[in-house]
Amino acid sequence: MSIGEVAAARLRSLSGGRGTPPAIIWVPALFVGAVLLLPLIYLVVRTFDAGGDIWDLLFRQRIGTILLRTILLVVTVTGASILLAVPIAWLTTRTDLPLRRVWVVLSALPLVIPSYVAGFIVIAALGPRGMLQQTLDGPFGVDRLPDIHGFVGALLTLTFLSFPYVVLTVRAALLRIDPALEESSRILGRGNWTTFFSVTLPMLRPGIAAGGLLVALYTLSDFGAVSLLRYETFTWAIFIQYESALDRTLGAGMSLSLVILALAIVGLELFSRGRARYYSSTTSISRPPSTIRLGRWKCPALAFCAIVVAMSLVAPMSVLVYWVVRGISAGEPFNLVWTAVGNSVYVAALAATAAVIAALPVAALSVRYPGVFSGFLERLSYIGFALPGIAIALSLVFFGARYAPPLYQTTGLLLLAYVVLYLSPALGAVRTSLLQISPRIEEAARGLGNSPLRAFSSVTLPVARPGLMAGWALVFLLVMKELPATLILSPIGFNTLATSIWSNASEAFFARAALPALLLIAASAVPLAFLMLRERR
Amino acid sequence: MSTSTNKGIRFWGIIALFLTSVFLSACGGSDGDAGSLTVYSGRSETLVGPLIDRFKEDTGIDVSVKYAGTPQLAATLLEEGDNTSADVFFAQDPGGLGAVAGMLSPLEEDVLTKVPQWAVSSDGVWVGVSGRARTVVYNTDTLAPDDLPDDLEGFTDPKWKGRLGWAPTNASFQTMVTAMRSIWGDQRTVQWLENIQANDPKVYPKNTPIISAAASGEIDVGLVNHYYLHRFLAEQGDSFSARNYHPPAGGPGAIVMVSGVGILEESNNKDNAQQFIDYLLSDISQKYFVEETYEYPLASGIPVAEGVSPLSEINNPDLSSSALSDLEGTQALLREAGIIP
Repeated sequence: MSIGEVAAARLRSLSGGRGTPPAIIWVPALFVGAVLLLPLIYLVVRTFDAGGDIWDLLFRQRIGTILLRTILLVVTVTGASILLAVPIAWLTTRTDLPLRRVWVVLSALPLVIPSYVAGFIVIAALGPRGMLQQTLDGPFGVDRLPDIHGFVGALLTLTFLSFPYVVLTVRAALLRIDPALEESSRILGRGNWTTFFSVTLPMLRPGIAAGGLLVALYTLSDFGAVSLLRYETFTWAIFIQYESALDRTLGAGMSLSLVILALAIVGLELFSRGRARYYSSTTSISRPPSTIRLGRWKCPALAFCAIVVAMSLVAPMSVLVYWVVRGISAGEPFNLVWTAVGNSVYVAALAATAAVIAALPVAALSVRYPGVFSGFLERLSYIGFALPGIAIALSLVFFGARYAPPLYQTTGLLLLAYVVLYLSPALGAVRTSLLQISPRIEEAARGLGNSPLRAFSSVTLPVARPGLMAGWALVFLLVMKELPATLILSPIGFNTLATSIWSNASEAFFARAALPALLLIAASAVPLAFLMLRERR
Repeated sequence: MSTSTNKGIRFWGIIALFLTSVFLSACGGSDGDAGSLTVYSGRSETLVGPLIDRFKEDTGIDVSVKYAGTPQLAATLLEEGDNTSADVFFAQDPGGLGAVAGMLSPLEEDVLTKVPQWAVSSDGVWVGVSGRARTVVYNTDTLAPDDLPDDLEGFTDPKWKGRLGWAPTNASFQTMVTAMRSIWGDQRTVQWLENIQANDPKVYPKNTPIISAAASGEIDVGLVNHYYLHRFLAEQGDSFSARNYHPPAGGPGAIVMVSGVGILEESNNKDNAQQFIDYLLSDISQKYFVEETYEYPLASGIPVAEGVSPLSEINNPDLSSSALSDLEGTQALLREAGIIP
């Protein structure tokens, strides 16, 4: 028996006996899994080569309080994001809402605003003596607004930054739902509302759960917004440990604790998926769903989209423009950073492609051959997303500088870091779309004499396209703004928009930071708009 | 069938293209000739980029710079260990240099003597290149310098309740607390921290938001470093309603800290690294720090920038760098007091 056969037999027993995944699936999946394990190994090494007092430092009352605050924020941000996102996703896929695609692009864009920029903006605009107060002071004599710092500010900022995750995953799910189900419901006499709540919404559960999970883990891993808005979370505490530079063990120990928290959240999502079947017996990709006429609901629907976009995108961009204008009038020097624009788009596009490619075998395994191994891989991928970027970056420094010097400080290792960080957003989208493809179709293709690979690339892949694109777009936007790993792992002298924003903002050059921030939003909008406009309706 | 085959071809085409570009990017860029230098800079590109460009032009040395936060770079250096490609570590604060002191090689005597004794490491592995003073920033609409206390002890008065901002997780703040422990002793320091805590200080992640908050009137006073204010003034003009105040009685609230530089033991370009340090201590660079970053020159008699209080007007307790080195002890103390996590 060759090694491959032994491994295949082992995999068969691990995958719950639903047949053996072909090598083209499990070999790459195994490789992806090995890469995802690196940060965990690093954290374990760093935590356990410390003495015994790390446990006293970990199990303190302060840490317990921070844990509860973190959970409160994660739950509320996730709930609020779903409430904002599901209506937008539904309105832009199922109804005759005017300018549907424009709303889609605009509602996805807040995702590219780096959270430390958003934090500065929220404080400048809504702080006790911020821009809003200045505006209200004249006509209404408002001397001081209630303090935005703390829970409310963090909830507001993170919700408006992260609801697009849910918009993207729910839209991808809506585009794949067989419209026949909804139509049958209407033919059977149910109204649009009842159909939405009793047919569409239950079908959307995987999409909502996938998006909600991303929001939850993003909130868990955010540092920029919570530190500026003074809401102490677990990741905040971890960054503080790394800030002190002397002690990487406590940071590593706390990161490991964060992994456990993330796994609990992922467990909840897996539980919410249930055992339901989400594909229909036919593939009806070419048939668009019938459009629901909004009628008198058109105005409220438009107003809803407009308010969300105004709060999440127009308002922050206005503050950025204001900073640029103020800087120009004060004679600030601006050097336009076109290489940074090019570098950002280049690595983000490469990383998004890499993440989608890496997600394919894992998603195929998890959808077609669910079992211990696929479940393990999926959970691993979420850990990368939930861990603070600095922990991932340092783990790759540890392995890269030690064992792969030729790869260290190259774009290759940087891309690897991005894949570790953002595999789960790609996986969520790819997985959701594969779920909705009946395995019968692939089987039919194979029955007609195609190899598994050919059946996959000629049948499954085209049908899964909206999901792949949604995954690609998500990762692209995330990489555009990624900071800690980019700073530490990028080739020496490699600038991106995110690093130039950081370089200026950290030195209080708001005007000079605002310009690359605006460029970041613009540069992200172009590929996003291209993707959305090409989308099949 | 033929369209789906095309799609399949396109998919594998994308993968091939992708792998090629990764391969190409991994192969690019390798120059190992004599005239190179790799700098890890914890000082941002906005601040020191132009100066390093000038060094490149003047010497012809091919400098590559990695910019990131000082603590992140220190952690990176520690993880890289002997495999590091860095020749020089240019750090924002002594804490970062202290963290990697074991990886630095001793500097020559004539470099160390270019700056005051208090601005070099006690074991001679790093040298300060510019000075930054701790100061009190206050709102000029509600306060005049006369309303402010002579030293930091004064802020424990209940009249400052809810009016003070600080950034206890910030490296400069922690260095100030280390100075406090050297000058006052641990007991008095803990007492001061507890008294300030009782006054409900507003907690900020770093210096800049404190200055914004002081100018907007969100707080009346804040404990910060001196130079950020001057950047706000440059961007927003003299109407910006916050100014610096240097406690006349001196003490820990008036210490001057340094940003500094050291050479990595593993460096293969020690001569170029040496040239770089000499350049940072030359008149050109010292003048640059004065004019562009509003810091204090350490190596020459260049006057400070307009609006910045000269060192002679600051009651700097002149603590040696070894008196500021016990950052770990300070963090343990702050953690015990519940001020940092």
